[in-house]
Amino acid sequence: MVTLSKEEIYSLLSEIPDPEIPVITIEELGILRKVELTSGGCEVTITPTYTGCPAMQMIEDQIKEILHSKGIGFVNVKITYSPAWTTDWLSSEAKLKLKKYGISPPLASIDTISFLQCPHCNSFNTEIISEFGSTACKGLYRCNDCKEAFDYFKSH
Amino acid sequence: MTKQEALFTYTLRLADNALILGHRLSEWSSYAPILEEDLALTNIALDLIGRAQALYKYAAQIEGKGRTEDDIVYKRVERKYLNVLLLEQSNGDFAMTIARQIFNSAYELQLFEALSKSKNETLASLAVKCLKEVKYHWRHAYDWLQRLGDGTEESHSRMQKGIDDLWMFTGEMFEIDEVETMLIEEGIAVDNSSLYQKWNVVVTDAITNATLTRPTDGYMQTGGRKGVHTENLGFILAELQYLPRAYPDATW
Repeated sequence: MVTLSKEEIYSLLSEIPDPEIPVITIEELGILRKVELTSGGCEVTITPTYTGCPAMQMIEDQIKEILHSKGIGFVNVKITYSPAWTTDWLSSEAKLKLKKYGISPPLASIDTISFLQCPHCNSFNTEIISEFGSTACKGLYRCNDCKEAFDYFKSH
Repeated sequence: MTKQEALFTYTLRLADNALILGHRLSEWSSYAPILEEDLALTNIALDLIGRAQALYKYAAQIEGKGRTEDDIVYKRVERKYLNVLLLEQSNGDFAMTIARQIFNSAYELQLFEALSKSKNETLASLAVKCLKEVKYHWRHAYDWLQRLGDGTEESHSRMQKGIDDLWMFTGEMFEIDEVETMLIEEGIAVDNSSLYQKWNVVVTDAITNATLTRPTDGYMQTGGRKGVHTENLGFILAELQYLPRAYPDATW
């Protein structure tokens, strides 16, 4: 018997931090898509940022753990690819949190990568080191003013 | 052949291409010329293996015989693998890996663009997602092609050799057989042969911009899509399948 409403479940799951970038939640990232009540439990739909994102299993486990602890026995986690995840789903608050954490937030388009701002000193005098960084969703840049390397959350 | 069997084979070909190239790129882990490339090549491998996993899951579902994606990958013999020969070729030097990336990423850009319009919703939605990732793969390969081709005498000659050596494997990507024909009629599969013209323009431009020479077309190697492989695939599968075959159902 599920005693929580689907809105309550959604808000519970909204608190789960992203395993790679713990300053934002899976809801803010757009990974958490939908909660539906089913007979005897619930179905949670999530979408991967990248097809090979290794954090998906951990997110699935965390969802189950939280809901089991609230007495929901049957939890089905469904992975969807449509609509395809996009960085457009990140709110301006979420982008600000990324910047404070030291990750340059995504720009509007996948096709332009110029004028990145250093999240440490705000300089635009930056350059690319590699488009593939420490995780699938980030590239690696350096600031020519403060000399710090920084991650860029790639547009997708 | 039923429509279901055709869809299974079509999905399996897409999945095998992703898995085998993903495996090859993962072999660069800790061997790439610089740390950033170690990360880049394994990141691309991760995209490919993630894609393969989703496709195998779907293939298993189409087949409906209770096999899992792991069964399909770990318990299938070489002759049942349907990837194109290009993707199983050994990594060679870094330039040869980049040549393979150029040929395949340019192909995948066209493929997933077209497949995103498929009437099959699962394949179409995966294609939309893959297309975003492949744009980054292409840009990575393109940048290196320019740097190596227009670099030193040594890098130029190695890049040219990589292109020349793999050229004979590019033709197979544009083949179609009765599997595709059946599904093209249904608006599900992409007609590979229709992708050639644009691929040729894009790849020729990339090669000539890098001060390199596009090879002249000669005999094209083929067979992988039908399960007839070069010796390379057996070595890949030996490594990939060893553990689950030696210790079935092992977990940790």
